[in-house]
Amino acid sequence: MIRRTLLRGMFAAALLAAAWGLTPAQAEDDNFIIVQSTTSTQNSGLLDYLLPMFTEKTGIEVRVVAVGTGQAINNAANGDGDVLLVHAKPAEEAFVAEGNGVERFDLMYNDFVIVGPSADPAGIAGTSDPVAALQAIAASGATFASRGDDSGTNKAELKLWQAAGVDPASASGDWYRETGSGMGATLNAAAGMGAYTLTDRATWVAFENKGDLEIVTQGDPALFNQYGVILVNPEKFPSVKADQGQQFIDWLLSDEGQAAIASFQVNGQQLFFPNAQ
Amino acid sequence: MQDLGGAFAQALWLIIELDRDLVEIVGLSLRVSLSAVLLAALIGFPLGAAIAVARFPGRGVVVAALNTFMGLPPVVVGLLIYVLLSRAGPLGELGLLYTPSAMVVAQTVLVTPIVAALTRQTVEDLRGEYEEQLHAFGVGAGGLVATLLWEARLSLVTVLLAGFGRAVAEVGAVIIVGGNINHVTRVMTTAIALETSKGDLELALGLGIVLLVIVLVINGLASGLRSAVAQASHV
Repeated sequence: MIRRTLLRGMFAAALLAAAWGLTPAQAEDDNFIIVQSTTSTQNSGLLDYLLPMFTEKTGIEVRVVAVGTGQAINNAANGDGDVLLVHAKPAEEAFVAEGNGVERFDLMYNDFVIVGPSADPAGIAGTSDPVAALQAIAASGATFASRGDDSGTNKAELKLWQAAGVDPASASGDWYRETGSGMGATLNAAAGMGAYTLTDRATWVAFENKGDLEIVTQGDPALFNQYGVILVNPEKFPSVKADQGQQFIDWLLSDEGQAAIASFQVNGQQLFFPNAQ
Repeated sequence: MQDLGGAFAQALWLIIELDRDLVEIVGLSLRVSLSAVLLAALIGFPLGAAIAVARFPGRGVVVAALNTFMGLPPVVVGLLIYVLLSRAGPLGELGLLYTPSAMVVAQTVLVTPIVAALTRQTVEDLRGEYEEQLHAFGVGAGGLVATLLWEARLSLVTVLLAGFGRAVAEVGAVIIVGGNINHVTRVMTTAIALETSKGDLELALGLGIVLLVIVLVINGLASGLRSAVAQASHV
């Protein structure tokens, strides 16, 4: 039976091909770590700038999974990653307190800004007080795009609404639009519908689809945005590469790593300010 | 302002320049999705054909379920595989999460119902023509399945293409289980999602056009294969 033989041949070929797909491309060397991080550090280009320096020095490859802070913390709490690099201090401290992380270190900071359409329907352009700005947005009913995804930026935004005494959730779907997606996607949405939104400055400066949006509110201490770095707890998750992960953290916190963070610029502008103790 | 013209220019430039990163990303996309489709074929062809041939109580429910699973949302499949492969999950020991293998597994789960359901329909349509004849020759159930699959081979190429199209175009599953890690698990669709989130819509659209061109080439190859097979069987 020729067809039987042919079918068998095809079956064998398919098996071989499938095996090819399932085997790693190069001999898998184990000298890498997985960093659960946030979109701002990736989208701004900071990690693409820093990681080759670290890899050249130590030979350790760094694989970055860039998601919102909330998702990054959840992933790390499942043991899926060696290092956590995010920006939501209370959530990071809770992560360590629950035994998921070893210790939290301040790494660097930048700030949040409120951006909005140049027509500025809430009349807040040039202001610095974010709480007053949000009150004005709510009072005018101008559209505001929220991340709505439990990210670090989303947490910071909700804290500001609370300070403003406004419950934006009650206006959800009306002037308050929860995109449920990353900073870039939310900026795209804000540009598309002429909405205000809160963004970290790094993502904003590197963002290429600003459209009609401009910075309207900036410069208040309440807009401070602190980044922290944590080694995932190897006692809880034996798969964590504690040695290589710790080397990465030590390097970030060293004079050399801190200087590297300070030297990263987009369009001639420094986006992250090192502040390790 | 970014526009479609710019996107086409970007796409053309990407193809002419043959950027090394792009080649790597395209290569991984093809490797992952083609492997997934082949695995899906290994499972889906015999499964679909068996369901087409077999008569058993509750068969209607099985067929309906199979057809329903064609609509599995990629993000749900991604989550399911994430939960299984996560270090905290039952298969965490394997250390497969954030590797191309995890992406192959997720896309296989996504594509197998499509291949099985379409195979079931194709084979069932053929069954009437052949069943009596084969019975008369004393061919058993296994032989019937093999023969019908063989006779359906031209249509099954199209089934594979449908599965491949689904696999290579999805982003929801691979971005969760692969993590979109540069040089490790970044494929065409996750690269497009990343450029979109950077606001570089021209580059994102350009990559989308490159993806379509690749699918076009694969379709061309498949239809070439089809006519070669058709010709060979008419000799």
